[in-house]
Amino acid sequence: MSEISTTYPASAGPTQPLVFHETTESHTPNGTLLGFWIYLMSDCLIFACLFAVYGVLGREYAGGPTGAEVLELPAVAVNTALLLLSSITYGFAVLEMQRDRQSPMMLWLTITGLLGACFITLELREFAHLVSIGAGPQRSAFLSSFFTLVGTHGLHVTCGIIWLIVLMSQVAKKGLIPANKRRLMCLSMFWHFLDVVWVGVFSFVYLMGVLP
Amino acid sequence: MSAHDDTQHAHDDGHGHDDLGIHATFGGYMTGFVLAVILTVIPFWLVMGHVIEKSSTAAVVILALAAVQIVVHMIYFLHMNAKSEGGWNMLALVFTIVLVVITLSGSIWIMYHLNSNMMPSMMDPANLP
Amino acid sequence: MLAQTDLTKLIFGRLTLESLPLHVPIVLGTFAVVAIGAIAVLGAITYFKLWGYLWHEWFTSIDHKRIGIMYMILGFIMLLRGFADAIMMRAQQAISFGDNVGYLPPEHYDQIFTAHGVIMIFFVAMPMVTGMMNFVMPLQIGARDVAFPFLNNFSFWMTVAGALLVMASLFIGEFARTGWLAYPPLSDIVSSPDAGVDYYIWALQIAGIGTLLSGINLLVTIIKMRAPGMTMMKMPVFTWTALCTNVLIVAAFPVLTAVLALLALDRYAGTNFFTTTLGGNAMMYVNLIWIWGHPEVYILILPAFGIFSEVTATFSRKPLFGYASMVYATVVITVLSYLVWLHHFFTMGSGASVNSFFGITTMIISIPTGAKIFNWLFTMYRGRVEFELPMMWTVAFMVTFVIGGMTGVLLAVPPADFSLHNSLFLIAHFHNVIIGGVLFGLFAGISYWFPKAFGFRLDPFWGKCSFWFWVVGFYFAFMPLYVLGLMGITRRLSHFTDPALQIWFVLAAFGAFLILLGIGCMILQFVVSFRRREALRDVTGDPWNGRTLEWSTSSPPPKYNFAFTPLVHDHDAWWMMKKYHYQRPLDGFVPIHMPLNTGAGIILGGLSFIFGFAMIWYMWLVAILSFAGILVVAIAHTFNYHRDYYLSADDVRRVEASRTELLARHV
Repeated sequence: MSEISTTYPASAGPTQPLVFHETTESHTPNGTLLGFWIYLMSDCLIFACLFAVYGVLGREYAGGPTGAEVLELPAVAVNTALLLLSSITYGFAVLEMQRDRQSPMMLWLTITGLLGACFITLELREFAHLVSIGAGPQRSAFLSSFFTLVGTHGLHVTCGIIWLIVLMSQVAKKGLIPANKRRLMCLSMFWHFLDVVWVGVFSFVYLMGVLP
Repeated sequence: MSAHDDTQHAHDDGHGHDDLGIHATFGGYMTGFVLAVILTVIPFWLVMGHVIEKSSTAAVVILALAAVQIVVHMIYFLHMNAKSEGGWNMLALVFTIVLVVITLSGSIWIMYHLNSNMMPSMMDPANLP
Repeated sequence: MLAQTDLTKLIFGRLTLESLPLHVPIVLGTFAVVAIGAIAVLGAITYFKLWGYLWHEWFTSIDHKRIGIMYMILGFIMLLRGFADAIMMRAQQAISFGDNVGYLPPEHYDQIFTAHGVIMIFFVAMPMVTGMMNFVMPLQIGARDVAFPFLNNFSFWMTVAGALLVMASLFIGEFARTGWLAYPPLSDIVSSPDAGVDYYIWALQIAGIGTLLSGINLLVTIIKMRAPGMTMMKMPVFTWTALCTNVLIVAAFPVLTAVLALLALDRYAGTNFFTTTLGGNAMMYVNLIWIWGHPEVYILILPAFGIFSEVTATFSRKPLFGYASMVYATVVITVLSYLVWLHHFFTMGSGASVNSFFGITTMIISIPTGAKIFNWLFTMYRGRVEFELPMMWTVAFMVTFVIGGMTGVLLAVPPADFSLHNSLFLIAHFHNVIIGGVLFGLFAGISYWFPKAFGFRLDPFWGKCSFWFWVVGFYFAFMPLYVLGLMGITRRLSHFTDPALQIWFVLAAFGAFLILLGIGCMILQFVVSFRRREALRDVTGDPWNGRTLEWSTSSPPPKYNFAFTPLVHDHDAWWMMKKYHYQRPLDGFVPIHMPLNTGAGIILGGLSFIFGFAMIWYMWLVAILSFAGILVVAIAHTFNYHRDYYLSADDVRRVEASRTELLARHV
């Protein structure tokens, strides 16, 4: 067993006893933000699969409508603007949170939630319109993958709005305590992450989908 | 959804600020916002105004702009840098991007190849080995 | 009248009395046995008034050690179910020749091989691997618990909910008849209109959520909660493999979630992802599910590699040979496991370039794996090897796994795969690596860490009986399948015409019988060890003269694991502490910050089970209500800010003093 002692730090001679345990209760670093980031990465892979499915099946129209025929870019442009605006308003909420100013923060969060709700409303109207003209998700593999990818993003935004409401009531109840701040930062990551996914959606699905 | 609601340390009030790790600034958010607007308007203008004739060129430009915009979002909105959480955030992100690229490009390559081998011309006895 | 039928439909969906298998005697008999067993267990718990104890100390526990043990118990129970399926298949194939059609009708046989695969991978190997990591890893890194203790409990109960759904399919309706990966178009609504595939989908989705969350949890634990001084390159090898496995879980399980969700949409909403009409492409399913499926096998084997590394070093009384190369090999395997998935469907119709690329990447994986084998051999070389039970499993693993690895490289050659794919050769190969690798690893781990978990050693006699039955039985059961596979016999057949093949199947059935004896001995080993627990008691906390931190605390460890957080200077931290004659601190204790138990996890798991069951049987009303229930409970849980407490210094002193006294009595 002599070989292992050669790997010990040089300073650790027997004359200088090593300390093998702490004598106070140490502060364990909180892992919530890292854990949530890792969750987002795994969510990212769900979207990667849906993008891959759209990439493979996105041109399988099965004699049904094509992307150029059913996708309406002006509506998408409005939706993109709404989501981007909601990102910056959430950013303003975070700035207020850093200054511990609860009421302005709540105001910005409300605006963020309303913008998100507008986004969802517009998206649902688009879906309803597509279904009404016979371009529902059952029509072709293209429409199946389109509805699923865009719908999954929409579902995430919906979850984000619900979470936002829950969190606002928690802030109202408990104030800006560290736990709530941490949760606000998690939701901030979630919200911005959804915007990142949306960049992929409008580029890959809508803009490239209407190309001839 | 559930990852956020855990390990509330009731006694670490003094460390609350340190734990959040980032310091967002108004300037940062505005820079990100302006860049994102520009990077969104260009591809929409390209497609809606039929600026580029060739579809493949347009697709490449759109994807390139999307990639740039995603980087902008990562830096200015998600406060990504090599130091947060001791570099683990960045490592997780890089690993995820690698896997996303493998999943996307691998699937498309494989499925494209599959279809190309199943084309009627391949079934022609003259083309069989 | 009409309104009443509608309501019945909303509540019961397509579940009718005909869904119960009242006309199948085998299932009825099984049900009777299970029901009597369940009543006996529940009765015993009630009689001994254990409900309160179980609820407070186990079900709602957020202690990573208890959750780890519960995972292991779940895995072991499901092993019995999965093995029952296996031996039924072996018996059927051994007798079903010529005019004899055996005792299992094809539609039943198809359910059995599907259930066997699903159970063994998702509800035996996964819970056991997760349980092992849960129990051992925080102790190895000197942590008090995992990063998110509640999430850990919740993950466990989601896994249980998934397992319960699979078990329910045995008696209510039927399980999938599609094989363990449920390829469409066989698994789509046209070919499999019954509830079987829906059981499959919902069981895996619910358990998958648990697996993903526990992956995130353990990952953050390793990154954030290592003892001071334990840098990445000083972590024990098991912790390293746990890290890589959890990276793989976090990166692979979302793919499974996505692909099963798409299959569910095809079945429930009429979309056309994998259909044969309207542009759907079933091969996309195969492609996606193997993007998850290949990393999955490394999720299972990497922790086993970690266990072997710990066991080999401990019982050779030497530091692990080539620690750094072991770590790099693990990391390389982690990354490469994402680049090989196509080797599961070489014959799908891709061209030479695709097949060559994936064939070559597959062969490359054998290089880091081979490096590991050499590292273990060199660790044993010139060591004072003690053949305790864990070491015996390790040696059996090395021999068996190398055979399985070599047949794997053979299958990685696309032209060879064209003649061997879907044959019994493949079946022999993956059982060779999963039994010889994962299962032997888990058994080594169980016998190695059992004294740490329960405070007494396992009885070596029955352990050795079990070992020999398992190992010999394994060779008898699977070597014939290699031969049959080379002769071109395909998998999943319930009847054969060529009588010349029968002897091989009889041999395989004999092997399965030996494995049955092995499992029997294992159960006996637990019973005998429990009865002899005073004689087998481990008072030192370090029964094997171990090297890593989990052996520095008592067996079983106190709730808080370590009275003081250890400081680490090099790898093999406990070995070094022993070399420097480390003295346990006897006073100066401080209050310890601990998480509080919560019942939210088991409630959410139960609601998820109801939700899954309702979705399977189209009970829309129940589904909506249970889903709303899940949301309400989850949100209500986030309003609970009171999640921790301080264990007082007096309590710590009391626990530590009793250990001091115990140690003094046995010196």
